[in-house]
Amino acid sequence: MVKIGVLGLQGAVREHVRAVEASGAEAFIIKWPEELEEMDGLIIPGGESTTMRKLIDKYQFMPNLKQFAAEGKPMFGTCAGLILLAKHVVGYSEPHIGVMDVTVERNSFGRQRESFEADLAINGVAEQYPAVFIRAPHIVEAGENVEVLAKHNGRIVAAREGQFLGCSFHPELTEDNRLTNFFVQMVTESKAKSTLV
Amino acid sequence: MRTGTDRVKRGMAEMQKGGVIMDVVNAEQAKIAEEAGAVAVMALERVPSDIRAAGGVARMADPTIMEEVMGAVTIPVMAKARIGHIVEARILEAMGVDYIDESEVLTPADEEFHLLKSEYTVPFVCGCRDLGEAARRIGEGAAMLRTKGEPGTGNIVEAVRHMRKVNAQVRKLVTMDDAEIMTEAKLLGAPFEVLLEIKRLGRLPVVNFAAGGVATPADAALMMQLGADGVFVGSGIFKSENPAKFARAIVEATTHYQDYELIAELSKGLGGAMKGIEISSLAPEARMQDRGW
Repeated sequence: MVKIGVLGLQGAVREHVRAVEASGAEAFIIKWPEELEEMDGLIIPGGESTTMRKLIDKYQFMPNLKQFAAEGKPMFGTCAGLILLAKHVVGYSEPHIGVMDVTVERNSFGRQRESFEADLAINGVAEQYPAVFIRAPHIVEAGENVEVLAKHNGRIVAAREGQFLGCSFHPELTEDNRLTNFFVQMVTESKAKSTLV
Repeated sequence: MRTGTDRVKRGMAEMQKGGVIMDVVNAEQAKIAEEAGAVAVMALERVPSDIRAAGGVARMADPTIMEEVMGAVTIPVMAKARIGHIVEARILEAMGVDYIDESEVLTPADEEFHLLKSEYTVPFVCGCRDLGEAARRIGEGAAMLRTKGEPGTGNIVEAVRHMRKVNAQVRKLVTMDDAEIMTEAKLLGAPFEVLLEIKRLGRLPVVNFAAGGVATPADAALMMQLGADGVFVGSGIFKSENPAKFARAIVEATTHYQDYELIAELSKGLGGAMKGIEISSLAPEARMQDRGW
Protein backbone atom coordinates (compact mmCIF):
# COMPACT_ATOMS: atom_id res chain seq x y z
CA MET A 1 0.00 0.00 0.00
CA VAL A 2 1.43 3.41 -0.91
CA LYS A 3 1.84 6.16 1.67
CA ILE A 4 0.38 9.52 0.77
CA GLY A 5 1.05 12.60 2.85
CA VAL A 6 -1.42 15.47 3.09
CA LEU A 7 0.29 18.75 3.95
CA GLY A 8 -1.43 19.56 7.24
CA LEU A 9 -0.57 23.20 7.88
CA GLN A 10 -4.04 24.56 7.15
CA GLY A 11 -7.09 23.88 4.99
CA ALA A 12 -9.16 20.89 3.85
CA VAL A 13 -6.84 18.25 5.30
CA ARG A 14 -9.42 15.87 6.79
CA GLU A 15 -11.31 15.61 3.47
CA HIS A 16 -8.20 14.62 1.52
CA VAL A 17 -7.34 12.01 4.14
CA ARG A 18 -10.82 10.52 3.71
CA ALA A 19 -10.51 10.50 -0.11
CA VAL A 20 -7.03 8.92 -0.02
CA GLU A 21 -8.20 6.19 2.36
CA ALA A 22 -11.27 5.55 0.21
CA SER A 23 -8.90 5.13 -2.75
CA GLY A 24 -7.04 2.32 -1.00
CA ALA A 25 -3.88 4.13 0.10
CA GLU A 26 -2.57 5.07 3.53
CA ALA A 27 -2.90 8.74 4.45
CA PHE A 28 -0.66 10.74 6.77
CA ILE A 29 -1.05 14.31 7.94
CA ILE A 30 2.27 16.10 7.49
CA LYS A 31 2.96 18.84 10.01
CA TRP A 32 6.78 18.85 10.05
CA PRO A 33 9.29 18.71 7.13
CA GLU A 34 11.04 15.50 8.20
CA GLU A 35 7.73 13.63 8.03
CA LEU A 36 7.89 13.94 4.24
CA GLU A 37 10.73 11.43 3.89
CA GLU A 38 8.60 8.34 4.42
CA MET A 39 5.97 9.41 1.90
CA ASP A 40 5.53 8.06 -1.64
CA GLY A 41 3.34 10.96 -2.74
CA LEU A 42 2.10 14.29 -1.39
CA ILE A 43 -1.18 16.17 -1.61
CA ILE A 44 -1.19 19.91 -1.01
CA PRO A 45 -4.77 20.73 -0.06
CA GLY A 46 -7.05 23.65 -0.65
CA GLY A 47 -6.95 26.43 1.93
CA GLU A 48 -5.40 29.86 1.93
CA SER A 49 -2.20 29.82 -0.11
CA THR A 50 -0.77 32.88 1.65
CA THR A 51 -1.26 31.27 5.08
CA MET A 52 0.23 27.95 3.97
CA ARG A 53 3.21 29.75 2.47
CA LYS A 54 3.90 31.63 5.72
CA LEU A 55 3.85 28.36 7.66
CA ILE A 56 5.98 26.58 5.02
CA ASP A 57 8.64 29.25 5.54
CA LYS A 58 8.24 29.34 9.29
CA TYR A 59 8.89 25.60 9.64
CA GLN A 60 11.48 25.46 6.85
CA PHE A 61 9.47 23.10 4.69
CA MET A 62 10.74 24.54 1.42
CA PRO A 63 14.00 22.56 0.99
CA ASN A 64 12.22 19.30 1.84
CA LEU A 65 9.37 20.02 -0.55
CA LYS A 66 11.82 20.81 -3.35
CA GLN A 67 13.78 17.67 -2.53
CA PHE A 68 10.56 15.64 -2.63
CA ALA A 69 9.89 16.98 -6.13
CA ALA A 70 13.51 16.40 -7.21
CA GLU A 71 13.22 12.74 -6.19
CA GLY A 72 10.45 12.42 -8.77
CA LYS A 73 7.76 11.65 -6.23
CA PRO A 74 4.23 12.57 -7.29
CA MET A 75 2.64 15.75 -5.93
CA PHE A 76 -1.00 16.78 -6.27
CA GLY A 77 -2.10 20.35 -5.61
CA THR A 78 -5.75 21.33 -5.33
CA CYS A 79 -6.70 25.03 -5.54
CA ALA A 80 -4.22 26.66 -3.11
CA GLY A 81 -2.03 23.58 -3.63
CA LEU A 82 -1.93 24.25 -7.38
CA ILE A 83 -0.79 27.82 -6.68
CA LEU A 84 2.00 26.48 -4.45
CA LEU A 85 3.19 24.02 -7.14
CA ALA A 86 3.14 26.46 -10.08
CA LYS A 87 6.36 27.86 -11.57
CA HIS A 88 4.68 31.22 -12.20
CA VAL A 89 1.95 33.09 -10.33
CA VAL A 90 0.42 36.11 -12.09
CA GLY A 91 1.30 39.33 -10.25
CA TYR A 92 4.11 37.79 -8.17
CA SER A 93 7.78 37.87 -9.12
CA GLU A 94 8.63 34.64 -7.27
CA PRO A 95 6.76 31.33 -7.26
CA HIS A 96 6.24 29.23 -4.12
CA ILE A 97 7.55 25.67 -4.55
CA GLY A 98 7.74 26.42 -8.28
CA VAL A 99 8.01 22.93 -9.78
CA MET A 100 5.08 22.52 -12.19
CA ASP A 101 5.46 24.29 -15.52
CA VAL A 102 2.27 26.33 -15.44
CA THR A 103 1.32 29.96 -14.89
CA VAL A 104 -1.52 30.33 -12.42
CA GLU A 105 -3.73 33.31 -11.65
CA ARG A 106 -5.19 33.54 -8.13
CA ASN A 107 -8.89 34.21 -7.39
CA SER A 108 -9.39 34.37 -11.13
CA PHE A 109 -13.12 33.59 -11.15
CA GLY A 110 -13.89 36.38 -8.67
CA ARG A 111 -14.82 36.61 -5.01
CA GLN A 112 -16.79 34.07 -2.95
CA ARG A 113 -20.20 35.04 -4.39
CA GLU A 114 -18.84 33.98 -7.82
CA SER A 115 -17.70 30.57 -6.50
CA PHE A 116 -19.55 27.74 -8.25
CA GLU A 117 -20.08 24.07 -9.01
CA ALA A 118 -19.87 22.71 -12.55
CA ASP A 119 -19.67 19.34 -14.25
CA LEU A 120 -16.37 18.77 -16.03
CA ALA A 121 -14.95 16.26 -18.47
CA ILE A 122 -11.49 15.25 -17.17
CA ASN A 123 -9.30 13.48 -19.70
CA GLY A 124 -8.61 9.90 -18.68
CA VAL A 125 -10.47 10.35 -15.37
CA ALA A 126 -14.15 11.04 -15.89
CA GLU A 127 -16.58 12.15 -18.58
CA GLN A 128 -18.62 14.00 -16.03
CA TYR A 129 -17.04 15.09 -12.78
CA PRO A 130 -18.67 17.32 -10.12
CA ALA A 131 -16.15 20.11 -9.60
CA VAL A 132 -16.43 22.65 -6.76
CA PHE A 133 -14.63 25.95 -7.42
CA ILE A 134 -14.06 28.22 -4.42
CA ARG A 135 -12.34 31.55 -5.02
CA ALA A 136 -10.48 29.39 -7.47
CA PRO A 137 -7.33 30.02 -9.49
CA HIS A 138 -6.90 28.85 -13.07
CA ILE A 139 -4.00 27.92 -15.31
CA VAL A 140 -3.35 30.81 -17.67
CA GLU A 141 -0.50 29.12 -19.52
CA ALA A 142 0.77 25.55 -19.60
CA GLY A 143 4.31 24.52 -20.63
CA GLU A 144 4.91 22.20 -23.57
CA ASN A 145 5.18 19.04 -21.47
CA VAL A 146 1.99 19.76 -19.59
CA GLU A 147 -1.03 17.68 -20.46
CA VAL A 148 -4.26 19.65 -20.12
CA LEU A 149 -6.83 17.40 -18.43
CA ALA A 150 -9.83 19.70 -18.11
CA LYS A 151 -11.15 23.10 -19.13
CA HIS A 152 -14.07 25.15 -17.93
CA ASN A 153 -15.34 27.89 -20.27
CA GLY A 154 -12.06 27.73 -22.14
CA ARG A 155 -9.89 28.05 -19.00
CA ILE A 156 -7.53 25.27 -17.97
CA VAL A 157 -8.63 23.92 -14.60
CA ALA A 158 -6.79 20.58 -14.38
CA ALA A 159 -3.42 19.49 -15.75
CA ARG A 160 -0.64 16.99 -15.36
CA GLU A 161 3.07 17.30 -15.97
CA GLY A 162 4.70 13.94 -15.34
CA GLN A 163 4.81 13.55 -11.56
CA PHE A 164 2.75 16.71 -10.93
CA LEU A 165 -1.03 16.90 -10.91
CA GLY A 166 -2.91 20.11 -10.28
CA CYS A 167 -6.49 21.32 -10.34
CA SER A 168 -8.33 24.57 -9.63
CA PHE A 169 -11.26 22.87 -7.93
CA HIS A 170 -11.77 20.73 -4.81
CA PRO A 171 -12.12 16.98 -5.46
CA GLU A 172 -11.97 16.47 -1.68
CA LEU A 173 -15.30 18.25 -1.15
CA THR A 174 -17.34 15.63 -3.01
CA GLU A 175 -17.76 11.91 -2.52
CA ASP A 176 -16.48 11.33 -6.06
CA ASN A 177 -12.97 9.95 -5.54
CA ARG A 178 -12.01 9.36 -9.18
CA LEU A 179 -9.42 12.12 -9.35
CA THR A 180 -7.84 11.04 -6.05
CA ASN A 181 -7.87 7.48 -7.39
CA PHE A 182 -6.02 8.73 -10.47
CA PHE A 183 -3.37 10.31 -8.24
CA VAL A 184 -3.05 7.18 -6.08
CA GLN A 185 -2.46 5.29 -9.34
CA MET A 186 0.29 7.80 -10.27
CA VAL A 187 1.92 7.22 -6.88
CA THR A 188 1.65 3.43 -7.17
CA GLU A 189 3.29 3.47 -10.62
CA SER A 190 6.02 5.85 -9.47
CA LYS A 191 6.81 3.71 -6.46
CA ALA A 192 6.92 0.52 -8.55
CA LYS A 193 9.37 2.23 -10.92
CA SER A 194 11.64 3.55 -8.16
CA THR A 195 11.85 0.18 -6.39
CA LEU A 196 12.83 -1.49 -9.71
CA VAL A 197 15.85 0.78 -10.06
CA MET B 1 -22.70 26.35 -13.49
CA ARG B 2 -24.28 26.77 -10.07
CA THR B 3 -23.35 29.52 -7.59
CA GLY B 4 -24.34 29.80 -3.92
CA THR B 5 -24.94 26.06 -3.40
CA ASP B 6 -24.55 24.52 0.05
CA ARG B 7 -21.40 22.77 -1.14
CA VAL B 8 -19.84 26.01 -2.37
CA LYS B 9 -20.81 27.92 0.77
CA ARG B 10 -19.84 25.23 3.28
CA GLY B 11 -16.75 24.39 1.24
CA MET B 12 -15.49 27.96 1.58
CA ALA B 13 -15.51 27.52 5.37
CA GLU B 14 -13.80 24.13 5.07
CA MET B 15 -10.88 25.91 3.37
CA GLN B 16 -10.47 28.11 6.45
CA LYS B 17 -9.95 25.15 8.77
CA GLY B 18 -6.96 25.16 11.06
CA GLY B 19 -6.68 28.88 10.51
CA VAL B 20 -7.19 32.15 12.34
CA ILE B 21 -9.65 34.85 11.30
CA MET B 22 -8.76 38.27 12.66
CA ASP B 23 -10.84 41.38 13.36
CA VAL B 24 -9.43 44.48 11.65
CA VAL B 25 -10.64 48.06 11.41
CA ASN B 26 -8.53 49.37 8.52
CA ALA B 27 -6.24 48.43 5.63
CA GLU B 28 -3.10 48.68 7.74
CA GLN B 29 -4.36 46.16 10.29
CA ALA B 30 -5.62 43.90 7.49
CA LYS B 31 -2.11 43.81 6.01
CA ILE B 32 -0.59 42.96 9.39
CA ALA B 33 -3.12 40.13 9.74
CA GLU B 34 -2.42 38.77 6.23
CA GLU B 35 1.31 39.02 6.80
CA ALA B 36 0.96 37.08 10.05
CA GLY B 37 -0.81 34.24 8.21
CA ALA B 38 -4.50 34.92 8.92
CA VAL B 39 -6.82 32.88 6.66
CA ALA B 40 -9.33 35.74 6.52
CA VAL B 41 -10.05 39.08 8.11
CA MET B 42 -13.26 40.47 9.60
CA ALA B 43 -13.63 44.11 8.60
CA LEU B 44 -15.23 46.20 11.35
CA GLU B 45 -15.66 49.77 12.43
CA ARG B 46 -14.75 48.88 16.01
CA VAL B 47 -13.50 45.68 17.64
CA PRO B 48 -15.91 44.13 20.19
CA SER B 49 -14.17 45.54 23.29
CA ASP B 50 -14.50 49.05 21.84
CA ILE B 51 -18.15 48.40 20.93
CA ARG B 52 -18.64 47.42 24.57
CA ALA B 53 -16.91 50.58 25.78
CA ALA B 54 -18.75 52.86 23.35
CA GLY B 55 -22.24 51.58 24.21
CA GLY B 56 -25.27 52.68 22.18
CA VAL B 57 -26.42 50.89 19.04
CA ALA B 58 -23.77 48.95 17.12
CA ARG B 59 -24.48 48.62 13.39
CA MET B 60 -22.88 47.31 10.21
CA ALA B 61 -19.61 49.17 9.55
CA ASP B 62 -19.27 51.99 7.04
CA PRO B 63 -18.90 50.31 3.60
CA THR B 64 -15.77 52.40 3.04
CA ILE B 65 -13.97 50.23 5.61
CA MET B 66 -14.94 46.99 3.85
CA GLU B 67 -13.90 48.48 0.52
CA GLU B 68 -10.56 49.61 1.91
CA VAL B 69 -9.85 46.21 3.46
CA MET B 70 -10.93 44.28 0.34
CA GLY B 71 -8.55 46.42 -1.67
CA ALA B 72 -5.67 45.82 0.71
CA VAL B 73 -5.53 42.00 0.99
CA THR B 74 -6.00 38.92 -1.19
CA ILE B 75 -7.33 36.67 1.60
CA PRO B 76 -11.12 36.53 2.09
CA VAL B 77 -12.84 39.44 3.79
CA MET B 78 -15.75 38.92 6.18
CA ALA B 79 -18.06 41.53 7.68
CA LYS B 80 -20.77 41.65 10.32
CA ALA B 81 -24.48 42.36 9.85
CA ARG B 82 -26.98 42.76 12.68
CA ILE B 83 -29.09 39.72 13.55
CA GLY B 84 -32.15 39.77 11.30
CA HIS B 85 -31.06 42.85 9.33
CA ILE B 86 -31.93 41.78 5.79
CA VAL B 87 -30.73 44.99 4.17
CA GLU B 88 -27.34 45.17 5.91
CA ALA B 89 -26.76 41.56 4.77
CA ARG B 90 -27.81 42.36 1.19
CA ILE B 91 -25.54 45.43 1.15
CA LEU B 92 -22.55 43.32 2.23
CA GLU B 93 -23.42 40.68 -0.37
CA ALA B 94 -23.72 43.34 -3.09
CA MET B 95 -20.30 44.72 -2.12
CA GLY B 96 -18.71 41.33 -2.69
CA VAL B 97 -17.83 40.57 0.93
CA ASP B 98 -16.79 36.88 1.02
CA TYR B 99 -18.59 35.85 4.22
CA ILE B 100 -21.17 37.52 6.45
CA ASP B 101 -21.24 37.11 10.22
CA GLU B 102 -24.80 37.50 11.48
CA SER B 103 -23.44 38.69 14.75
CA GLU B 104 -24.61 39.23 18.30
CA VAL B 105 -21.69 41.66 18.70
CA LEU B 106 -23.90 44.17 16.91
CA THR B 107 -27.25 45.28 18.31
CA PRO B 108 -29.93 42.92 16.95
CA ALA B 109 -32.31 44.39 14.37
CA ASP B 110 -34.85 41.62 14.94
CA GLU B 111 -35.37 39.97 18.31
CA GLU B 112 -37.59 37.21 16.91
CA PHE B 113 -36.19 36.11 13.56
CA HIS B 114 -32.70 35.44 12.31
CA LEU B 115 -31.93 35.86 8.61
CA LEU B 116 -33.05 33.16 6.16
CA LYS B 117 -29.50 32.59 5.06
CA SER B 118 -30.34 29.95 2.45
CA GLU B 119 -31.73 32.79 0.27
CA TYR B 120 -28.33 34.40 -0.22
CA THR B 121 -25.46 33.58 -2.57
CA VAL B 122 -22.90 34.72 -0.01
CA PRO B 123 -22.25 32.29 2.88
CA PHE B 124 -22.98 33.10 6.52
CA VAL B 125 -21.36 32.29 9.85
CA CYS B 126 -23.46 32.40 13.04
CA GLY B 127 -22.78 31.99 16.73
CA CYS B 128 -24.10 29.11 18.84
CA ARG B 129 -24.07 28.13 22.52
CA ASP B 130 -25.56 24.66 22.21
CA LEU B 131 -26.66 22.10 19.66
CA GLY B 132 -30.20 23.44 19.42
CA GLU B 133 -28.94 26.88 18.44
CA ALA B 134 -26.37 25.34 16.07
CA ALA B 135 -29.03 23.25 14.35
CA ARG B 136 -31.45 26.18 14.05
CA ARG B 137 -28.81 28.28 12.33
CA ILE B 138 -27.88 25.40 10.00
CA GLY B 139 -31.60 25.00 9.28
CA GLU B 140 -31.73 28.67 8.22
CA GLY B 141 -28.76 28.11 5.93
CA ALA B 142 -25.66 29.06 7.93
CA ALA B 143 -22.61 27.51 6.22
CA MET B 144 -20.30 27.94 9.19
CA LEU B 145 -20.70 28.15 12.96
CA ARG B 146 -18.69 29.62 15.79
CA THR B 147 -19.08 29.67 19.53
CA LYS B 148 -20.63 32.86 20.79
CA GLY B 149 -18.32 33.06 23.77
CA GLU B 150 -18.49 36.48 25.36
CA PRO B 151 -17.03 38.90 22.78
CA GLY B 152 -14.71 41.70 23.76
CA THR B 153 -13.96 40.30 27.22
CA GLY B 154 -10.65 38.54 26.57
CA ASN B 155 -12.10 35.81 28.79
CA ILE B 156 -12.20 32.33 27.25
CA VAL B 157 -14.59 30.75 29.75
CA GLU B 158 -17.79 31.22 27.73
CA ALA B 159 -16.27 29.96 24.46
CA VAL B 160 -15.07 26.86 26.31
CA ARG B 161 -18.55 26.32 27.75
CA HIS B 162 -20.17 26.63 24.30
CA MET B 163 -17.69 24.38 22.49
CA ARG B 164 -17.92 21.67 25.14
CA LYS B 165 -21.69 21.86 25.22
CA VAL B 166 -22.14 21.49 21.45
CA ASN B 167 -19.64 18.65 21.20
CA ALA B 168 -21.12 16.76 24.17
CA GLN B 169 -24.59 17.08 22.65
CA VAL B 170 -23.32 15.85 19.26
CA ARG B 171 -21.73 12.83 20.95
CA LYS B 172 -24.98 12.07 22.75
CA LEU B 173 -27.00 12.43 19.53
CA VAL B 174 -24.74 10.07 17.63
CA THR B 175 -25.39 7.27 20.14
CA MET B 176 -29.18 7.71 19.99
CA ASP B 177 -31.61 5.37 18.37
CA ASP B 178 -33.31 7.01 15.33
CA ALA B 179 -36.63 6.72 17.12
CA GLU B 180 -35.34 9.00 19.89
CA ILE B 181 -34.30 11.84 17.62
CA MET B 182 -37.69 13.52 17.19
CA THR B 183 -37.98 13.89 20.94
CA GLU B 184 -34.44 15.25 21.08
CA ALA B 185 -35.42 17.71 18.33
CA LYS B 186 -38.37 18.83 20.43
CA LEU B 187 -36.25 19.21 23.55
CA LEU B 188 -33.47 21.12 21.79
CA GLY B 189 -35.81 23.17 19.61
CA ALA B 190 -33.79 21.87 16.68
CA PRO B 191 -34.88 20.91 13.15
CA PHE B 192 -35.35 17.12 12.96
CA GLU B 193 -33.67 16.75 9.53
CA VAL B 194 -30.57 18.62 10.67
CA LEU B 195 -30.23 16.32 13.68
CA LEU B 196 -30.60 13.26 11.43
CA GLU B 197 -27.82 14.60 9.22
CA ILE B 198 -25.57 15.23 12.23
CA LYS B 199 -26.20 11.70 13.46
CA ARG B 200 -25.44 10.23 10.03
CA LEU B 201 -22.18 12.21 9.71
CA GLY B 202 -21.15 11.76 13.33
CA ARG B 203 -20.36 15.49 13.46
CA LEU B 204 -21.81 18.89 12.50
CA PRO B 205 -22.27 19.26 8.72
CA VAL B 206 -20.47 22.62 8.82
CA VAL B 207 -17.27 23.74 10.51
CA ASN B 208 -17.44 25.20 14.03
CA PHE B 209 -14.82 27.80 14.95
CA ALA B 210 -14.00 29.22 18.37
CA ALA B 211 -14.91 32.86 18.97
CA GLY B 212 -15.59 35.29 21.78
CA GLY B 213 -12.80 35.70 24.31
CA VAL B 214 -9.66 34.28 22.67
CA ALA B 215 -6.84 36.47 24.02
CA THR B 216 -3.61 34.40 23.98
CA PRO B 217 -1.90 31.70 21.87
CA ALA B 218 -2.70 29.23 24.66
CA ASP B 219 -6.40 30.17 24.44
CA ALA B 220 -6.37 29.46 20.70
CA ALA B 221 -4.66 26.09 21.23
CA LEU B 222 -7.09 25.23 24.02
CA MET B 223 -10.05 25.77 21.73
CA MET B 224 -8.46 23.65 18.99
CA GLN B 225 -7.91 20.90 21.51
CA LEU B 226 -11.56 21.04 22.52
CA GLY B 227 -12.48 20.39 18.90
CA ALA B 228 -12.72 23.82 17.25
CA ASP B 229 -12.03 23.77 13.51
CA GLY B 230 -10.29 27.14 13.68
CA VAL B 231 -10.28 30.39 15.63
CA PHE B 232 -11.69 33.90 15.41
CA VAL B 233 -9.73 36.51 17.29
CA GLY B 234 -11.56 39.76 17.81
CA SER B 235 -10.14 42.30 20.19
CA GLY B 236 -7.29 39.98 21.26
CA ILE B 237 -4.79 40.97 18.58
CA PHE B 238 -5.06 44.68 18.00
CA LYS B 239 -5.73 45.40 21.68
CA SER B 240 -2.48 43.66 22.64
CA GLU B 241 0.81 45.53 22.99
CA ASN B 242 2.50 44.02 19.96
CA PRO B 243 -0.19 43.06 17.40
CA ALA B 244 2.09 41.66 14.64
CA LYS B 245 3.94 39.38 17.03
CA PHE B 246 0.76 38.40 18.80
CA ALA B 247 -0.97 37.59 15.50
CA ARG B 248 1.88 35.34 14.34
CA ALA B 249 1.97 33.54 17.67
CA ILE B 250 -1.77 32.84 17.60
CA VAL B 251 -1.52 31.49 14.02
CA GLU B 252 1.28 29.12 15.01
CA ALA B 253 -0.41 27.97 18.21
CA THR B 254 -3.52 27.15 16.17
CA THR B 255 -1.56 25.05 13.65
CA HIS B 256 0.47 23.21 16.29
CA TYR B 257 -2.06 23.20 19.11
CA GLN B 258 -0.64 20.06 20.72
CA ASP B 259 3.01 21.11 20.59
CA TYR B 260 3.40 22.58 24.07
CA GLU B 261 7.10 23.31 23.82
CA LEU B 262 6.45 25.36 20.71
CA ILE B 263 3.53 27.21 22.33
CA ALA B 264 5.71 27.94 25.37
CA GLU B 265 8.36 29.34 23.06
CA LEU B 266 6.01 31.58 21.14
CA SER B 267 4.24 32.80 24.28
CA LYS B 268 7.49 34.31 25.58
CA GLY B 269 7.84 38.06 25.70
CA LEU B 270 4.64 38.77 23.82
CA GLY B 271 3.91 41.82 25.93
CA GLY B 272 0.57 42.30 27.62
CA ALA B 273 -2.54 40.57 26.30
CA MET B 274 -5.75 42.59 26.38
CA LYS B 275 -6.90 43.33 29.91
CA GLY B 276 -10.05 41.23 30.01
CA ILE B 277 -13.28 41.22 31.97
CA GLU B 278 -14.64 38.76 34.54
CA ILE B 279 -17.96 37.49 33.11
CA SER B 280 -19.88 37.65 36.40
CA SER B 281 -19.13 41.38 36.59
CA LEU B 282 -21.13 41.98 33.39
CA ALA B 283 -24.66 43.32 33.77
CA PRO B 284 -27.26 41.05 32.12
CA GLU B 285 -27.86 43.60 29.33
CA ALA B 286 -24.11 43.70 28.59
CA ARG B 287 -24.00 39.96 27.81
CA MET B 288 -23.77 39.78 24.01
CA GLN B 289 -24.18 36.01 23.90
CA ASP B 290 -27.80 36.29 25.05
CA ARG B 291 -28.70 38.17 21.89
CA GLY B 292 -30.38 35.92 19.31
CA TRP B 293 -31.90 32.55 20.29
